[in-house]
Amino acid sequence: MGTPGTSPANLELQAACRSSVPMTSNHETKGPGMSETQSPSVAPVAATKVGPGLPVRRSYRWRGKLEAVVIPTGAIIVSIILFGIFCAINGAKPFAVYASINKAAFANWYAWQETLVRAAPLMLCALCTAIPIRLGLVIIGNEGALVIGGLFATAAGLAVPNASPLATQLIMAAAGMLCGGLWIMIVGALKYFRGVNETISGLLMNYIAIAILNQMVNGPMRDPSSLNKPSSFPIPDEKMLQPIGNSSVHWGLVYGIVACVLVWFLVHHTTFGFKMRTIGGNIRAARIAGLPVGAVMLIACFIAGAMPGLAGMVEVAAVNGSANESLNAWYGNSGILVAFLARQNALAVIIVSILLGGLLASGGILQRVHHLPDATTLVFQGLVFVVILFSESLYGRWKFFREKSA
Amino acid sequence: MEIFSGEIRMSANESLGLWGVPIAVLASAVRGGTPFLFVSVGECLTEKSGKINLGLEGVLLMGAMSAYAISYRTGSPWIGVAAAGCAGMVLGSIHAWLSQRPRVNDIAVGIAMIVFGSGLAFFLGKPYIQPLAPQLPGIGFANWCNNPAVRSAFEICPLFFLGAAVAFTMQWFFKSTRWGLYIRAVGDKPDAARAMGISVVKVRTLSIMAGSFLAGIGGAYLSLFYPGSWTERISGGQGIMAVALVIFARWNPVQCLWASLLFGGAQALGPALQGVGVSSYYYLFNASPYILTLVVMIATCSTKRTLAGAPGALGSGT
Repeated sequence: MGTPGTSPANLELQAACRSSVPMTSNHETKGPGMSETQSPSVAPVAATKVGPGLPVRRSYRWRGKLEAVVIPTGAIIVSIILFGIFCAINGAKPFAVYASINKAAFANWYAWQETLVRAAPLMLCALCTAIPIRLGLVIIGNEGALVIGGLFATAAGLAVPNASPLATQLIMAAAGMLCGGLWIMIVGALKYFRGVNETISGLLMNYIAIAILNQMVNGPMRDPSSLNKPSSFPIPDEKMLQPIGNSSVHWGLVYGIVACVLVWFLVHHTTFGFKMRTIGGNIRAARIAGLPVGAVMLIACFIAGAMPGLAGMVEVAAVNGSANESLNAWYGNSGILVAFLARQNALAVIIVSILLGGLLASGGILQRVHHLPDATTLVFQGLVFVVILFSESLYGRWKFFREKSA
Repeated sequence: MEIFSGEIRMSANESLGLWGVPIAVLASAVRGGTPFLFVSVGECLTEKSGKINLGLEGVLLMGAMSAYAISYRTGSPWIGVAAAGCAGMVLGSIHAWLSQRPRVNDIAVGIAMIVFGSGLAFFLGKPYIQPLAPQLPGIGFANWCNNPAVRSAFEICPLFFLGAAVAFTMQWFFKSTRWGLYIRAVGDKPDAARAMGISVVKVRTLSIMAGSFLAGIGGAYLSLFYPGSWTERISGGQGIMAVALVIFARWNPVQCLWASLLFGGAQALGPALQGVGVSSYYYLFNASPYILTLVVMIATCSTKRTLAGAPGALGSGT
């Protein structure tokens, strides 16, 4: 991996384990993430030279943080301008489109509720990409983990018909997280034990997950009364995840925010997070230091998969009411973009999810008012993705943002 | 918005009974394998130069859409094929430029190009879902047979022969030409290539664009011959599978051809079995190409050694 895993804020920590050889996204050819073909790295030496006690004075650290805010913000503005040009070419008035998106996403409390309902699964799905990337793994099996989580959460919820609403929800959440976690753990295990490229295997597993969902809701789990849209039996209304207060926003939003904060704490303030970042920085150095690379990798993948698994449970228990193909609503794939846009920072994921949730909420109005097809939001996501990746190459280009080290 | 899901359809041969299954699989090896062939040969060229292009899924969709649209507009499917190649090349040039920026990861660029390419294809292709575009002609190889199902199963598109020719030519190209050597040098040891005076950026840019051109033609095959219509779920991840297939084929274009035939055959398994009445695991059988890809990757890859034929600089970010 080049940089996605590196936020300037923790550069000095990672410097301890960074070699002069850039960490790579190893293709399966070269052994797994633990490539042996790289030149023997100087990491152990570097570790003694550049320790965490690097004398960067605290008062100067705002420059790097400012850069980390300014560049993504600039990238979003540039992609909004490009999107406006795209709309203009296709015969829509750009400023009217912007106004519509803003109106549908953030204009009033009703719009905010629509946005927040969509932001909740996005937060959870983004973490599925944002956690493993700390280890140098680009995992995009989010959609599959969400589908599997939702499916097995439904199965678990239906298996305990006599449980109280709270117990049902806990069981469903546990089942969703467990199955989603195991699903992504398979991807991590294939990478660790067999050197299979985690990006490709994750994508393939998405298709397999959707096939399993279709098989289950058309076969063993099918509710015979669901005719034109095969579904499982529904979760009883009183056991559904309830809205917060008298809004239409459900408790899934709280799950999402809490999960993001916990993951942020895990990555930045625990020894496990430090191990993850060490492995992501330089896997050979981590090995030499005696870190249990395999265990950390599998546990991190499990946590990563548990998040979209929980999102699947939330979608079933708060929105759909039963498992069917509506689970495959693209939240997982949009979560990839959220993770990259947030530069893998779990707290930034919260904000970016709300922004993207707003964009998704505006899909309908773009169709109705501006006669733009529903793929418009997808074009916008693609544009943002391309521009944000380009912006990665701009870090360190301007002197103004450079920390003045003593 | 279903690019990450979707089923691959296949007209099963009800009239042939159980014999329909092997015949459908055999016929589909060629019919369903052709898009794999174009994408994997294109990806092979790209990877030989040391870059991975995961975005070929987006290129495939963009190619399918532009081929269908241009064929409908001009009335000539062959102009559609050329347009698909050019559309692929445009997306490829974005990938080439972006993935060679400093600190930009080519896997991430590939994901971005999947989203961007499919978004663009769905957006621009919306008006073309309904109308019927002129299709590519097929060459009948079983016209002597009286059974219409068999006859239609063995109707082969000229693009397949073009793809096979490209595969053999590319192998010769890598082995025996100066430009082939340049590409291999850039992919194996970029620094050495640079010392020889080869422009790494130029070679990679051209390789990625040529590879995307081929993938675009694969898309044209999808919409103009088989299955022969433009829908949003037309590719169903074939671009991704083709990338995995290159690893299985050990970066050898001719082996890409054989692997594509294998994958094409696997596609037909689910629908063909349903055609003869084995329908209890229909959806799981439909996922068999994905499962096969995964199994093949597990069997092929290793943590211990570098695979034979793998370009040295692949995925190293240099």
